[in-house]
Amino acid sequence: MKDLFIDTLRKVWALRAGRAGIVILTLAFLSAAFLPLITQSPIVQANIEEGATRPSTHHVLGTDQLNRDILARIVWGGRTSLTVAFLSVLLSVTLGAMVGLVAGYHGGWLDALLMRLVDGALSIPRLFILLLLLALQQDIGLTMFILVLGTTGWFGVSRIVRGEALRLRHASYVQAAEALGARSHRVIFRHLFPNAMGPLLVAATLGVGDVILLEAGLSFLGLGIMPPTPSWGGMIHESREIMFTGWWTNVFPLLSIVITVLAVNLVGEALRDVLDPMNA
Amino acid sequence: MIRWLLIRTAQALATLAAALVILFFLMRLVPGDPVTAFIGDRAMSQADVQRIRDRYCLDCSLPHQFSQFIGRAFRGDLGTSIQHQRPVTQLMAERLPATLLLGGSTLFLNFTLGLALGVWQAVRKGRTVDRLLTAVSLVGYAVPSFWLGLILAWMFAVRLHWFPSSGITSIQLSSEAGPIETALDIGRHLVLPVVTLSVVSIAAMMRYQRNAMIEVLRLDYIRTARAKGLAESTVVIRHAWRNALFPILTLFGLWLPILATGSVFVESVFGWSGLGLLATNAIGGRDYPVLMGSAILVSTLIVLGGLITDIGYMILDPQVRHR
Repeated sequence: MKDLFIDTLRKVWALRAGRAGIVILTLAFLSAAFLPLITQSPIVQANIEEGATRPSTHHVLGTDQLNRDILARIVWGGRTSLTVAFLSVLLSVTLGAMVGLVAGYHGGWLDALLMRLVDGALSIPRLFILLLLLALQQDIGLTMFILVLGTTGWFGVSRIVRGEALRLRHASYVQAAEALGARSHRVIFRHLFPNAMGPLLVAATLGVGDVILLEAGLSFLGLGIMPPTPSWGGMIHESREIMFTGWWTNVFPLLSIVITVLAVNLVGEALRDVLDPMNA
Repeated sequence: MIRWLLIRTAQALATLAAALVILFFLMRLVPGDPVTAFIGDRAMSQADVQRIRDRYCLDCSLPHQFSQFIGRAFRGDLGTSIQHQRPVTQLMAERLPATLLLGGSTLFLNFTLGLALGVWQAVRKGRTVDRLLTAVSLVGYAVPSFWLGLILAWMFAVRLHWFPSSGITSIQLSSEAGPIETALDIGRHLVLPVVTLSVVSIAAMMRYQRNAMIEVLRLDYIRTARAKGLAESTVVIRHAWRNALFPILTLFGLWLPILATGSVFVESVFGWSGLGLLATNAIGGRDYPVLMGSAILVSTLIVLGGLITDIGYMILDPQVRHR
């Protein structure tokens, strides 16, 4: 499993687009992890009357409408946005994998029931589900937000994993394991899961980009992460009044979103090329 | 074939029923009571609160509420909007044409320009055009649609005054304007929203068409056609494209949710008063019936779209037809 992982990474690295994506993502992660330690707090307000100031030597990317340093807020916001994206995708991939594996392995009525429900869920766009879940909440904590995003993002994943499980269900090595008396959870976790990893990884990677965009969109609608917690989408939303007179207040957070999503998608597509040559 | 059609329709109904079940439990799951949210700061007597609770059957047993919810939904009764104090179905019926116009125009642009660009990319695979368009579609996919809309509105409406920045018709448009004048006015308002929505959705279309086309161009019968000495354009359009169209049909099903989501943002940016704007306005007003109604309508449209796609498949693809 570990070898497979390293091997995949090496192959992705060999592709130019994949390499670019990995480099950008690593930089984004490192800066979200460590830069907040050396930048000022994003909540501290220097001088409200001064308002938004242009990029200068003192504030490299300028300040926002409340005179807060934009670079600091992007770095701190990146921490929020990336944490939300990765944790929620981790949750939805886990849920999706579990449902998909159980449905595909068990088959029969359970499979039919679960997949009917997943069909139904897939026919409601995720945004509408989120609107219903979030519209009545005044202020939703970060943990709750991650839970909400995670539990609404697994339907597609479960379909993919179920397909893999169905395909592998009758593979000779799975039948051999069963003939040796392996229990169903052992078959599922030791034999089916590792082999369904490829498509799962692709879906997870692309899912991260989706969540970052979704978070930005929800902020635009006034939902999701609330100020003063900085997030990239929230920064664009909060500075919308001075969007054009103070372009730097939203162009830089926007670029953070675009570059990160782009990098994620590059890695996702490279992964697909590597893991699924038929679809490349 | 009739049997297949019946099974497929039953399947669509089952999917819709599943969607309703999920929406119902979602409604129950949400912490916070719709009535409390509705009342907000308003002064209201206990008796009035109780009357509202009774009207929406909020204290009934779960199975009872569930059967009521499903029964109402299938009758097309989606409750009364809290903000507008009018039936949700009526509100949505008023807004549906605007959204269909926006979606239909985007669909048209996607299926003409998007497919053409995808084919062009496939034919020029690996060359500058292909790379450039791939880059553009990747970036287009990574830009939040609302931001793109705001920028386009600023550039083409505020700065250049080419197109209006919001609404469906101009306020100045006199009531006795002829149909052509009205259509032109709506058309001018339509440009920016359609362009914004297209950029978001066309990338997927291009990508699929490109890959499907590349797949087909690799096949033996294409080599045969070329060997026969047919013009390259004939080979591409008559021989290859026809078969590369099928995967795109599948995309239609995947693409409807993208469109529905996109139109929420685009309508909100451009003040295009369709279903998306109805939904975003309902957020601020905590208008739960409208949000629920929009979700039900959108998923119904998506299930229907899937059904139509499959029927289209059957008509076009002999392999499916004879199964």
